[in-house]
Amino acid sequence: MSATANNPPNPTEPISGDQLSGERLVELYRTMVLSRYLDERVWLLNRQGKAAIAASAQGHEATQVACIEATDPTKDHYLIYYRQFTAMLALGTEPEEMLRGFLAKEADPMSAARQFPLHGAHPRVDLFNFSNVIATQLPQAAGVALADKLKGSDAVTVVYFGDGASSQGDTHEAMNFAGVHKLPVIFFCENNRFAISVPVEKQMGIESLASRAAGYGFPGVQVDGTDVVAVNEATKAAVARARAGDGPTLIEASVERLLPHTTDDDHTRYRTAEDIEQMSKRDPIRIQSELLIRQGFITEAENEEIHAAAKRRVNVATDTVDAEAYPGIETMFDHLTVEYSEENDHRESSGGDA
Amino acid sequence: MPEKTVIEAVREAMQAEMRRDDTMIILGEDVGNRGGVFLATDGLIDEFGENRVIDTPLAESSICGVALGAAVNGMRPLAEIQFADFVWPAINQLVGEASKVRYGTNGVKTAPMTIRVPYGGGVRGGLYHSQSIEVLFAHTPGLSVVAPATPYDAKGLLATAVRTDDPVIVLEHKRTYRLVKGEVPDEEYTIPIGKAEIKRPGTDLTIITYGLMLHYSLQAAELAAANGIDVEVLDLRTLRPLDADAIAESASRTGKALIVQEDTPAVSIGSEVSAIIGERCFFDLDGPIMRLGPPELPPMPFSPIQEAEFMPSPEKILAAIIKLAEI
Repeated sequence: MSATANNPPNPTEPISGDQLSGERLVELYRTMVLSRYLDERVWLLNRQGKAAIAASAQGHEATQVACIEATDPTKDHYLIYYRQFTAMLALGTEPEEMLRGFLAKEADPMSAARQFPLHGAHPRVDLFNFSNVIATQLPQAAGVALADKLKGSDAVTVVYFGDGASSQGDTHEAMNFAGVHKLPVIFFCENNRFAISVPVEKQMGIESLASRAAGYGFPGVQVDGTDVVAVNEATKAAVARARAGDGPTLIEASVERLLPHTTDDDHTRYRTAEDIEQMSKRDPIRIQSELLIRQGFITEAENEEIHAAAKRRVNVATDTVDAEAYPGIETMFDHLTVEYSEENDHRESSGGDA
Repeated sequence: MPEKTVIEAVREAMQAEMRRDDTMIILGEDVGNRGGVFLATDGLIDEFGENRVIDTPLAESSICGVALGAAVNGMRPLAEIQFADFVWPAINQLVGEASKVRYGTNGVKTAPMTIRVPYGGGVRGGLYHSQSIEVLFAHTPGLSVVAPATPYDAKGLLATAVRTDDPVIVLEHKRTYRLVKGEVPDEEYTIPIGKAEIKRPGTDLTIITYGLMLHYSLQAAELAAANGIDVEVLDLRTLRPLDADAIAESASRTGKALIVQEDTPAVSIGSEVSAIIGERCFFDLDGPIMRLGPPELPPMPFSPIQEAEFMPSPEKILAAIIKLAEI
């Protein structure tokens, strides 16, 4: 049985062979805290008129670091959506790189400021997000996984989506296709209970989104998305299934969206004061800091230093990126299409005489 | 040189490209043992196996979304949409997503994928097996759209489409599949995207057309010749990017332009061709730019009488030729 927040691992050694060590838990916590401060900074930059739009990952940090920790960034694929802020940091994206996206700077590594923040393709890991249209990434993820299966690769594709995306036809089509072909893909839903303002009760007639997996012939699991160990264990099991050729898994991580949908939203228009008060109790930063201190992985003072270090890192990144240039008009026509010509066709002929 | 039908040329191109590149896969409804509803993929599953010729669930959005995902992960997928009328559920994955992969990732990702779409009417297809759907794709930066009308062009343009590292929509007029025969070499060849071709040289006026209407226009041009009118017929072949130079050159030389299309005229390929001629040939024209197309109705009624009335025909084209020639 896997450890949970109420049944935490021993500080000095892992409970089971491959359970997260205390050292790794602290590292993941550092990423969560960095994400929180950077996320807050982006909202400030929005209010200053410098960041045109932002969607926050506040409340989703634990689930994102824990999921990424179970994968192998050197070969796996990540199809993200706009709330995967912490996941990007966990995959090694520097705070400066994140800010370049939000501030639409020339050096934005994802799309050179052609797209909204967190859209485009990552320069170092196979992480991408082509569009703002909800759930389009799910059939694409099935295709990425199909390619790996055909190539004989043991890479795993993780595709993230929210509860809102679960209503889209593309979600059904993708899971159906992946189920038919037993594809190495993990459908990872971060269920924060709201599609902008529409609560889950108005999105689905079932209690658990994970239960839908049965309709596609693969397992679905529900997990507390504020629980790093539980999310990590669930993802590791899904990764193992996928690498072994046993097919997809649907993971539903329950989280809170601590801020409005985006910087353009006001959740007091549709959430009660009581709901907003209640959800703050499920703030993963607080839960994880209390857990790490209680279990003796860090001291109060070390926790304060982790926060202070994150704040310093964010300040440095902000100063650097704020001074950088926007892309000029000279690059706006680049990379639309490339014409085929026999001269630039370097593919090997696999048969016949091309 | 051997004579082949359009469908044979299409099949031959796919077979040759599958042999040439083992990252190429085919996906679609009934493309496996059935060989496709038009038999375009007939026999391919026997040669390449079910890993490379994949019968998909009946779900067009995922056919194109899966193709896109496979394309960005090292494969070269070709997706078949069974009828153009069924492409609408996949529009988001094509127009919304695939078209912007290279641009939206600043060149980091590319989507080398081909979508074959049998389209067009005159086959008693009614409202949902007759549609011409080219305009939405042809309007989209980041997509290429070809519409070959002859067996030779079908084979060469499909080969180019497969080898192109960006999404290409291949529109095949289903009435031409078995109706049109022509010489097609057994060897591989490619035809550049974006190049129109004069299929019949002439001096008195230019017909600009594509798809099935190419053949009706050529018939009408023969009839016009009997009336002493020498008609040039320009086959667009590619609808995006349009070959504006070829259009302008021919229209300027003959001084009169008649655009013939099966799609409804409002906001269509003909509108764009007309604009190109208006912008580039104004001082060379000897008459108004004319367009011939069907009435502004959903294509097209199932009734044989109404279908015939809806479709442009060689006779209607001849009448338009005579009218324009006499101006």
